[in-house]
Amino acid sequence: MFSIDLLRDAVVLGVLLGCFYAAVSIGLSISFGLLDVPQVAHPAFLVLASYGVYLLNDRYDIDPLLAGLMLAPLFFALGIITYRIYYETFERRGSDAAVRGIAFFFGVAFIIEVLIIVQFGVDQRSVTAPYIGKAWRFGDLRIPIRQLVAFAVAMGLTVLLAAYLSKTFMGRAIRAVAQDEEGLRLMGADPIRVKQVAFGIATAVVAVAGALLIVVAPVEPTLDRVYIGRTFCVVVMAGLGSISGTLIAAIILGVAESIVLTLFGASWAPAISFALLLGVLAVRPQGLLGR
Amino acid sequence: MQRRSIAFWLGAVVFLAAMLAMTQLVRNEYPFFAGYVILQFVVLAVAWTILGGYAGYVNFGTNAFFGVGVYTAVLLVKAFGAPLPVQIATAAVVGSLLGLGVGLLTLRMRGIFFSIATIALAIIIETSITNFRFVGGAAGIQLQRPPVTAPFDSYVKMLFFVQALLVVIAVAITRGIQNSRIGRGLHALRDDELAAECTGVPTLRLKLLACVISGALMAAAGAPAAMYLQYANPDSAFNLNYSVSVLAMALIGGTAHWIGPVLGAILLGATQQLLAVTISSEVNVLVLGVMLVLFVVAAPKGVIGLVQRQPKRRGGSK
Repeated sequence: MFSIDLLRDAVVLGVLLGCFYAAVSIGLSISFGLLDVPQVAHPAFLVLASYGVYLLNDRYDIDPLLAGLMLAPLFFALGIITYRIYYETFERRGSDAAVRGIAFFFGVAFIIEVLIIVQFGVDQRSVTAPYIGKAWRFGDLRIPIRQLVAFAVAMGLTVLLAAYLSKTFMGRAIRAVAQDEEGLRLMGADPIRVKQVAFGIATAVVAVAGALLIVVAPVEPTLDRVYIGRTFCVVVMAGLGSISGTLIAAIILGVAESIVLTLFGASWAPAISFALLLGVLAVRPQGLLGR
Repeated sequence: MQRRSIAFWLGAVVFLAAMLAMTQLVRNEYPFFAGYVILQFVVLAVAWTILGGYAGYVNFGTNAFFGVGVYTAVLLVKAFGAPLPVQIATAAVVGSLLGLGVGLLTLRMRGIFFSIATIALAIIIETSITNFRFVGGAAGIQLQRPPVTAPFDSYVKMLFFVQALLVVIAVAITRGIQNSRIGRGLHALRDDELAAECTGVPTLRLKLLACVISGALMAAAGAPAAMYLQYANPDSAFNLNYSVSVLAMALIGGTAHWIGPVLGAILLGATQQLLAVTISSEVNVLVLGVMLVLFVVAAPKGVIGLVQRQPKRRGGSK
């Protein structure tokens, strides 16, 4: 039953899946990892973006990835508004901001979920594009092209963001605000504005990731609940805010899920990310490449 | 203090007597169907407050405890045909053990990490139950209610009264904690765990105790749900809605005093029951989300905070 070939296929597919997980987690890696905002609504934003992409694809026949890019500016604005509200109501008032912040973002996630249900119903939705549904064959290994697209976009996003955070002025400011907010203030920069832009970027990335989400598989309104585990697992395992760590952690999760799927079946898959997350929190809370 | 205690127990007796009278006098079963759910949420919200309110550890795993309560009952019924009191008592024991597990998580985690860890725990337990064929797996399991015991003429009415009894037990325990050294210790570690530890508060023991008690009560509240629905499946027993509802109830009511979660659960629970019947269950979740956001943003101390603040404001304007 079990063979080396099977394991090899599981690992290859797992790596591709992992890259996709990196793409959907990278926004959270900025908002939660770097900015310490308990963004539990991140997966809900992701699903929201997927439905936006679905709408553009269904009505105007726009390519899903392009639709994701078109949504990005809108999500950038959404991110800025979200951070502004979060800052004004929680961060500025100080005490137990995190606790009530989680409650706040859970509320936001539920509202998004229901609005999607009201608008689109509970049925699964998917998009059409030339690369969806086809596959490449390498011997007896079959790789869906949609997975390869996700892989390429994930790689692109990771490289772009890593370069942005280390090379540009704004990117460095974002990393600086994560390390020492007070220091940035003393340098004459406004940390709140920097954080606001960072949160906007994190949310804009979610729009592109949302396009990937619906390219890789059909989406449904409550899909965000599964992705709470996956995205937080990746970000915590990566070590908060590490972009290259995010890619590595996501690939570990992808391979783990893929192997468990092959060996034990799909019914165990939802627990993998959470089990890994618990394990990391218990053994190495600072993550693989923790700061 | 003494007089307050007498008043509390008198109130509890009156409450139970009223509930019992209601089961004997009201013919229509619907009020008990709806009332059961509200009472169940009162127990959950009050139990949640012990850890989430007094100690400041936000537990998102309410659904884990609730679901474990449900499935303990299912397992006992399926394996031994155990009666209801045994189901509830065993669920409480299992819940307290799970609470101990959650308590051990608090050793290394605070804030959002603790919250995420509790969500993780819930999903892992749910997945295990999904793969546990004996209790029905993912498809769920049908249960047969045993004959009802006197003086009740229907099983739902009996469950309603049992849940009312659990409310009194949960509130009494929570009130006891609040007024004792335990409550003050939890409060201290909520404000500053390190400072509390340094001044001799046994933070570790208190946290474990809070987790164990809170867990036992939540699981006990879940146990009768199996018989209430005559059906159980992992997806509904471990639904995240329980966690968020209970969190919302506690925050809406206020977490500084045991009356807060009671008020919040009645307020939100009744609204939800009303909406689920009159409009739809989706709107139900929407209201939950909107109320949660509104209260967290506008009334951080909940209904209690609003009531307490008013006299001060009047004093200020004079």
